[in-house]
Amino acid sequence: MSNTATANLGATGAPATPPSFYVTDEHHVENGTLLGFWLYLMSDCLIFACLFAVYGVLGRSYAAGPSGMELFELPLVALNTAMLLLSSITYGFAVLEMQKKRVKPTLVWLGITGLFGLAFLGIEMYEFAHLIHEGAGPQRSAFLSAFFALVGTHGLHVTFGIIWLVVLMFQVGKMGLTVENRRRLMCLSMFWHFLDVVWIGVFTFVYLMGTLP
Amino acid sequence: MSTYTENHFQHGRHVLPEDTHDTHGEHGHGHDDHGHDDHGGHAESTLGGYAIGFILSVILTAIPFWIVMGKVFDNSHTTALVILGFAAVQIVVHMVYFLHMNTRSEGGWTFIALIFTIVVVVITLAGSLWVMFHMNANMMPVNVHDMKNMP
Repeated sequence: MSNTATANLGATGAPATPPSFYVTDEHHVENGTLLGFWLYLMSDCLIFACLFAVYGVLGRSYAAGPSGMELFELPLVALNTAMLLLSSITYGFAVLEMQKKRVKPTLVWLGITGLFGLAFLGIEMYEFAHLIHEGAGPQRSAFLSAFFALVGTHGLHVTFGIIWLVVLMFQVGKMGLTVENRRRLMCLSMFWHFLDVVWIGVFTFVYLMGTLP
Repeated sequence: MSTYTENHFQHGRHVLPEDTHDTHGEHGHGHDDHGHDDHGGHAESTLGGYAIGFILSVILTAIPFWIVMGKVFDNSHTTALVILGFAAVQIVVHMVYFLHMNTRSEGGWTFIALIFTIVVVVITLAGSLWVMFHMNANMMPVNVHDMKNMP
């Protein structure tokens, strides 16, 4: 685009190859990657919708086993929610630093985001281990199968998000905030905030409503 | 044909200075230089936006936890409806302040995709619950009593 423009500037008043301008001027959506990634997130959203539907159907089928009211510890869930929410805002700070083109602060905020993510995963694994230890593993009842499938899928997303985050930190550290790296950071930003959106559904629909009498 | 050349000439002159200094965040691709603002790519993030989103999220998270843990309502159905309402509001807050959702980004395509997804999600959830919790009504009658009450 800028090449043609420069060539055209040089040859003022002498149109060289007019038809080619149709091609260069044709409008296509910019940041196609971000739109494509958004579409991926929407399809991911459908996976979670199915898992939520499964939990909605099976969530009260305890098979004479423990119910959510007996199993869920809401203070722990509140702590977990706080971790994920804090990681969302720190990722936001990383994006703000990225926009200012400052590599070091971006990396620091990304690191803090990763730590909050790890804290979230740690608490979740502790909860899962505790449940399985109590004999409330995924094989105990339909309720627990649906619970582990839904919350586990979300936890796996967070795990892969953290791996992606670490990879991007290395890339930004090595290559700086290039156009490609900024695009990747924006994709991960969408992914990370999307996981927080899904978690809103999880703590409301699974934990809070699961402990209601 | 000359009008196209003319347009392009002006366009080129407008573009070149912007290309040299790359201060447009993710807009600085070099090929998307015309009129960012009218059909916008990805909205720029601001500290204010994130702060508002975060504070609203904290409030909208704390209230449902308080409602359930403090046993504010006696009726479970009331509690469930209220906390689902808070969740819906918080999801919108996240969409707007963290995911920068608006009707203009990517020429409106993200919004259309979102609307489509919401429709499918609602059908999936509401449809599953509706069908699965009304299966008895759709079953073959199994005893004499049911037979007598057949429509």
